[in-house]
Amino acid sequence: MPSLKDIRGRIGSVRNIAQITRAMEMVAASRMKRAQEAILAARPYADELEATLERVAGAANLDEDVDPLLANRPVRRAAIIVITTDRGLAGSLNANATRSVLRWVADRAASRNGDAQVEIEAITVGRKGRDALRRAGVPIAAHFPQLGDRPSFSDVTPIARLVTEDFLSEKYDEIDIAYSTFVSTLAQKPEIDTILPIQRPEMAEETERTNDEYLFEPSPGAVLRRLLPHYVAIGIYRAVLENQASEQSARMIAMRNSTDNANELIDDLTLVYNKTRQATITREMIEIASGAEALGG
Amino acid sequence: MPLQLEVVSPERRVFTDEVDMVVVPGRNGQLGILPHHTPLISSLGVGELRIKKGDTEQSLLISGGFVEVRPDKVIVMADLAEHSDEIDEARAVEARRQAEAELQQTKDPVDIARVRASLQTALMRERIATRRRSRG
Repeated sequence: MPSLKDIRGRIGSVRNIAQITRAMEMVAASRMKRAQEAILAARPYADELEATLERVAGAANLDEDVDPLLANRPVRRAAIIVITTDRGLAGSLNANATRSVLRWVADRAASRNGDAQVEIEAITVGRKGRDALRRAGVPIAAHFPQLGDRPSFSDVTPIARLVTEDFLSEKYDEIDIAYSTFVSTLAQKPEIDTILPIQRPEMAEETERTNDEYLFEPSPGAVLRRLLPHYVAIGIYRAVLENQASEQSARMIAMRNSTDNANELIDDLTLVYNKTRQATITREMIEIASGAEALGG
Repeated sequence: MPLQLEVVSPERRVFTDEVDMVVVPGRNGQLGILPHHTPLISSLGVGELRIKKGDTEQSLLISGGFVEVRPDKVIVMADLAEHSDEIDEARAVEARRQAEAELQQTKDPVDIARVRASLQTALMRERIATRRRSRG
């Protein structure tokens, strides 16, 4: 049976843990709010860019003759950008994300393209994904550390440039991106999107008709060639922001659960402590009483 | 009829209001846009975006991106957009010096292009800041 002192020590250490997890929960909560705001703030640009792309696409026919970023080649080699976090203590967020990536990699590798198997390499952003993929034996072509608490658009441009160059040089025939999308504070979902070749936006007939009135400076093709790389970068930026919000909300919930568990443990330990104390007092009283009896008798 | 103007960067919506006229730094020179302008899509260079409303004039630093003139509004999608009063002149000068020094040392053509672009942005930032000060 543990001594009173041992139990007191354990209560103290569990209380310290609860204090730390509680503080981490609060930090994650405020960062989550900021990350959600960043997603909302980025939305107007992404929406407008998409609308403009649709209009340009109506004027310049979207096919690979116009821009090689649209080229649908038979896929021999593919790369997947895997966005995870550098730090842990975020519940099952990174585990879920890497599991979905590994399943995707297995599926793609199994789907044969003629005789050749599809070769897949990963480009990792964030340490957790890199470690997990390395353990699973997926080749890693490049690694970027996580982009900090407030990722800016210029932070993702090196990644966008890398994949665009590799796509154009036909090192890869397809580029995908895996991240955790922020569904709600309680739910984050692993997601995998294709970013290259650029998927043709759905075009309504209406936009096609209004196109004739637009002037393009200098020409539809030239505008398109400038627009498409932006489209790639904003796709990556959006994924990074989503992942950021997911990380903070997953951490907040994980820390809230640990705080609750710690408090429960404190209650249990306190009960044990009191029982033990009671038992000790009772035993001491019996000892005193029987001692007195022995003397008196 | 005033002109509905919206300036967005990938990180945020920088400006939205009704204005009388806007001058954007197009890739092939300045582009003045008044109400009832023909629908247009153009790519942008580095420069000053000037917004006129009544007697007041505001300016923003713009670097890269696109402008789309729609029948109902004008949308500027800039890679970088800063209000002129957000620019710190001392830091702009410092950034310009740094870019100049870096340009002396770089050899790789890709890096040179990148440093040139940041030098251009720094110069424009400095110019806007100086002008704002001289205006008082």
